[in-house]
Amino acid sequence: MEREDNWTTVIQPKERLLHVDFAELWHYRDLCMLFVRRNITTQYKQTVLGPLWYIVQPVLTVLMYMVVFRGIANISTDGLPEPLFYMAGVCMWQYFSDCLGKTSSTFVDNASIFGKVYFPRMVMPIASVLSNLLRFGIQFALFLVIYAIYQIFVIPGQIHTNLYALLTPVLVLLLAMMALGFGVLFSSLTTKYRDLRLLLDFFVRLWMYATPVVWPMSTISNAKLHLAMSLNPLTPVVEAFKYGFLGAGEFSWGGLAYSAAFAVVLLAVGVVLFNRVQRTFMDTV
Amino acid sequence: MSTAIEFNNISKLYRLGLVSTGTLSHDLKRWWTVNVRRREDPYMKIGEVNDRSSRGGSDYVWALKDIDFKVEQGDVVGIIGKNGAGKSTLLKILSRVTAPTTGSIRAKGRIGSLLEVGTGFHPEMTGRENIYMNGAILGMSKAEITRKLDEIIDFSGCERYIDTPVKRYSSGMMVRLGFAVAAHLDPEILVVDEVLAVGDAEFQKKAIGKMQDVSRGEGRTVLFVSHNMAAVRKLCRQGVVLDNGQMSYIGTAHDAVEKYMLDKNTYNSEVRTIVTPEMRDINRSLKVKFISIEHAKGDNTYAADEDIVLLIEVKSDKSVEHCRINCTIRTTDDLSICTNSSTKYFNIGQGESKRFRYTLHNPGLVVGNYLLSFSVGVGNAEEGETNFDVVTNATSINIDRPRKNEESYFLKWDTFSWGHILMENSLEELSSCDM
Repeated sequence: MEREDNWTTVIQPKERLLHVDFAELWHYRDLCMLFVRRNITTQYKQTVLGPLWYIVQPVLTVLMYMVVFRGIANISTDGLPEPLFYMAGVCMWQYFSDCLGKTSSTFVDNASIFGKVYFPRMVMPIASVLSNLLRFGIQFALFLVIYAIYQIFVIPGQIHTNLYALLTPVLVLLLAMMALGFGVLFSSLTTKYRDLRLLLDFFVRLWMYATPVVWPMSTISNAKLHLAMSLNPLTPVVEAFKYGFLGAGEFSWGGLAYSAAFAVVLLAVGVVLFNRVQRTFMDTV
Repeated sequence: MSTAIEFNNISKLYRLGLVSTGTLSHDLKRWWTVNVRRREDPYMKIGEVNDRSSRGGSDYVWALKDIDFKVEQGDVVGIIGKNGAGKSTLLKILSRVTAPTTGSIRAKGRIGSLLEVGTGFHPEMTGRENIYMNGAILGMSKAEITRKLDEIIDFSGCERYIDTPVKRYSSGMMVRLGFAVAAHLDPEILVVDEVLAVGDAEFQKKAIGKMQDVSRGEGRTVLFVSHNMAAVRKLCRQGVVLDNGQMSYIGTAHDAVEKYMLDKNTYNSEVRTIVTPEMRDINRSLKVKFISIEHAKGDNTYAADEDIVLLIEVKSDKSVEHCRINCTIRTTDDLSICTNSSTKYFNIGQGESKRFRYTLHNPGLVVGNYLLSFSVGVGNAEEGETNFDVVTNATSINIDRPRKNEESYFLKWDTFSWGHILMENSLEELSSCDM
């Protein structure tokens, strides 16, 4: 009989629950980067405006918010110029919802490729999150342009940017972690029963209204409601972003720590479940 | 030699039908029994043998059941079987696309799988970009692909189009490009599903040659699934026959192919065969049809120089003149060897039955099994022919002894290179004045 340790590949029905092969994932990093490139380069192939769509979409969204939420509903913008306030929210929220949308359909979208070849399935959602960074980058640049226009020409010196703006990369990381965690959790739950999928769009829309994207935390005077909104792990992230750049909003380290803890737990649960499902999802998807 | 892959009682259970509300109740019951009551999975017991054509009582089938064998390092193993026999499921498990229900596979070295050519090709990207994409999906690193890029492009023969999006490629070119990438993978174990079925003859030859190099030259292990029996024979040393999810045969590739073809053609060694509707070709007029075919000598074994004498009964629906009977002899891997068309014609009246003694002079078939197919019809190659009834692989013959004085030849007869007929010959030395 051969010794056990001679075998380099062992395929069996079930792996240990917490067995996630990170070394293998790292081995496939080139593939991940290629997927990122593919996602980016093929998204707007054969369109006239091409990458300009990255800018058209948020601009239209901001204009719509200005009409609906400010013009009609008259919701406060924390005393900030409307385009700037909405753009900050859109920038953050869009990244989160784009990532969530893409990662939550990982199994269903890639069934044909997953059915033919093995590579760590996590590569796909990670690549989605990374490739959405480009879009975020462009929207963030747009935000900075609008910011610069207001700061320099329109209301010089009245926007109180502070050092917390430097936290932006951390905030984006938190968004990415939460979107990834939630997305893979979701995609694992929906391989067999797709009922939840039908709820996702609705749920994401609701979630946006529960996040200070089109309204500031400061408008909520009811203490209970304020607390409820603070429990949304996205709230501290979006508020911190607005606070850093625009000087208006609520910033608390406690809130951010809560978001971070939430993101870590969510991601861990998501990855473990995803890892479990990936082995047999082909039979049920 | 050491074992490269070990299959230990691999089984795979599938649930048939749609995933819907009923599935949830099954899942809950299963979860309850296994995790709460700690009993055996209730649905595993009732799983049935996977027979595609018959309707079973259970919603669960074993796509694979107790597959247990070992593959030596450097071996090329052909896996053959009918559609739905479990070949692809086995490869899927091996390439980790899905996990087995029970059992385990242990292997030494990386497993590279090729269940499809050009997995992950994106139509909008160029050939070059897709080489990187496909290579990475198959497990190569970027540096590795860059190193082999020229070789891959050269092998594919698509150099001119390499910077064109693959959506402009012909399907053959896509396959060539995909295979070129796969051929330059170097895992210790290569798993290949029928990818050679596509591409032109030149490319197939190239692909088969490459696979031979891989196994012979570089000592790598290859598992090859195909319906192309000639390719299996040529490439593989070992063969495994799967039937309804179970292993029905394991042995040399040659024997496995033989076994499979005989099974597939519902190998018929009966002395007298009554022709049933399932045996007939569809869409024939059956103006004249076969009723029975019988070996006159009382069994189907013949010596290499023995005439094959058949008793054939036909019945007609309409009166037909100038009928003839054809017989084609095929090898068990579906290669036609020779055909005879009766030189004597017959007329037959409406509703009439006729019996014939049909003698075929043995062309020198070498030892082995052969399948006989028959047709009855009118006309010939010049005027165009019409067959009223065609019965494929109606009966078989078994050549069990060589011609006299040729025993030694038969001992090491290699059908793969020499064919199936030992020609009769004479060699006379001529004196110089004869020339």
